[in-house]
Amino acid sequence: MTSVSTPVVRTADERKRTGSIAWHVGSLAVLAVVLYPVIWVLGASFKPSKDIIASIDLLPVKPVWENFSGLADGISGISISTFFTNSLMYAGLAVAGVVLSSSLTAYAFAKIRFAGRNLLFTMMIGTLLLPYHVLLIPQYVMFRKLELTDTLVPLVAGKFLATEAFFVFLMVQFMRGLPKELDEAAKLDGCGHLRTYWSIVLPLCRPALITSAIFTFINAWNDFMGPLIYLNTPDKYTVSLGLMMFRDQEGISNYGSMIAMSLVALVPVIAFFMAFQRYLIDGMATSGLK
Amino acid sequence: MTLVKEAPARPAKKRSAAPAAGRRGRRRENLVGYLFMSPWIAGFLVLTAGPMIASLYYAFTRYNLFTPPQWVGFDNFTTMFQDPRWQKSVEVTLKYVVVATPLKLLLALGVALLLAQKRRGQGLYRAAFYMPSLIGASVSVGFVWRALFSDDAIVDRTQKVFGMDVGGWIGNPDYVLYALVALSIWQFGAPMVIFLAGLKQVPQELYEAAEMDGAGPLRRFWNITLPMISPVLFFNVLLESIHAFQVFGSAYVVSNTQCGPADATLVYTCYLYQKGFKEAQMGFASAMAWTLVVAVALVTAVLFWSQKKWVHYEEAAK
Repeated sequence: MTSVSTPVVRTADERKRTGSIAWHVGSLAVLAVVLYPVIWVLGASFKPSKDIIASIDLLPVKPVWENFSGLADGISGISISTFFTNSLMYAGLAVAGVVLSSSLTAYAFAKIRFAGRNLLFTMMIGTLLLPYHVLLIPQYVMFRKLELTDTLVPLVAGKFLATEAFFVFLMVQFMRGLPKELDEAAKLDGCGHLRTYWSIVLPLCRPALITSAIFTFINAWNDFMGPLIYLNTPDKYTVSLGLMMFRDQEGISNYGSMIAMSLVALVPVIAFFMAFQRYLIDGMATSGLK
Repeated sequence: MTLVKEAPARPAKKRSAAPAAGRRGRRRENLVGYLFMSPWIAGFLVLTAGPMIASLYYAFTRYNLFTPPQWVGFDNFTTMFQDPRWQKSVEVTLKYVVVATPLKLLLALGVALLLAQKRRGQGLYRAAFYMPSLIGASVSVGFVWRALFSDDAIVDRTQKVFGMDVGGWIGNPDYVLYALVALSIWQFGAPMVIFLAGLKQVPQELYEAAEMDGAGPLRRFWNITLPMISPVLFFNVLLESIHAFQVFGSAYVVSNTQCGPADATLVYTCYLYQKGFKEAQMGFASAMAWTLVVAVALVTAVLFWSQKKWVHYEEAAK
């Protein structure tokens, strides 16, 4: 009996091992292609300008620092840190706005039973599918009339007014998943809605809040069209516009600094991602499901 | 995907013991509810509904921001439909949507199937594959793309090895759009994660039963996996195609703010931006925006209509 079963077990084991090796080889192959541009920009930032396009080496033969040290000069008299401060202001305000306003709205949808709730919820979901561009022009006209262009107000107003339906939806889904007993108990203890929202639901919603905060931060950091339309004095520019300005000023001649600046501009996003990728990915996954 | 969970049986019955207090309570709940969502209501009125009405009005006017809008009826629309650049932008956008969306979803599904297997380092792979989805929208990556696909750069050189000399994709009107398509496909992480979550929901018993019946991997994929994840597939198709219709940043940055050469990457929103914010033709741009809304609504409607034929919902579950 054993003499028969032993080889069978081994082949199954072996098959498992080759399967595992094949899996890793396959995954690594896809990964290599996917991460190529990221590694390339890392390598290119240490290459002399003239080599960046022309050299096919992924990593520099002789690394140089001049691309990064060149950034200290700034762009036509504006320091790089100005762009970073502006972007941080934008992203910070956006995060505060989205977390606060979306969680309040989500609490109402998830926990308060009021007349017209389902209709309003459907309308909110509807705005998810509405192309942003149809609002772009009238919003621009409105903010122009209010003389608020060239400030951060048009960029963050919507965040404080819960217009980012995706995050409201994410939080509603999360709040609905919380055990009912909790808010019933709170009610029995005499907690009003504000109290229940603040001391019970919000702390429990931390994963959804963090997900929304990170997504908001990254979206604001990457945002290009918003700043392109609303900001017009260079010292108010965000990093995205700073990069564009850089390209206009320096052009191909200074490819090195441009690539270095691109890399530096990606650092906050990549850092955030590394720190919170679990939340982000799970948040993304739950938003697609029920 | 259930967007609105049916409200469970109302506890109103319990309250009916004291009807007066119940009614007052309900009115209070209404008030509190509206107070809690007042930010959204304000935002909806001021930043969504109001602008929608305004832009519908602008679409029928000639408006340059400096003089009051002037009613012109359907002029914007008739000019638009005859405008060769508008036609070009429609063509470019459709090409982009039709090529980029299926390829991106195919890759997302393929990698999701790979990652759905329980292996070591799964989480790490998942995170790495997701990263492009986050940085892909940035100007930085636009520059990187320009560098990778320009003349004599890495893609061009690799092609030359295989005897294909196109002189770089960025400067070539026949190829530059595909550099954008590549950038879009590269960001397959978001749909991948949604596919992964869907794959996790497929009951393992189904596979075991099928295997006992002698179904091979292909058959199992076709008869079990695909129908079971069809709601997720539907969600991804819907979301990704809607996004693809609205692509802007990458076209603007990769093709050097001109959306060219020769209008080769003149995606719809790029033309809208040029008309509205460069030429101050706010009426024309609004007409374009509404045409986009109608197009997106049509695509959404067709997709929702088609889902009866291919999306499999498990009604009994839960």
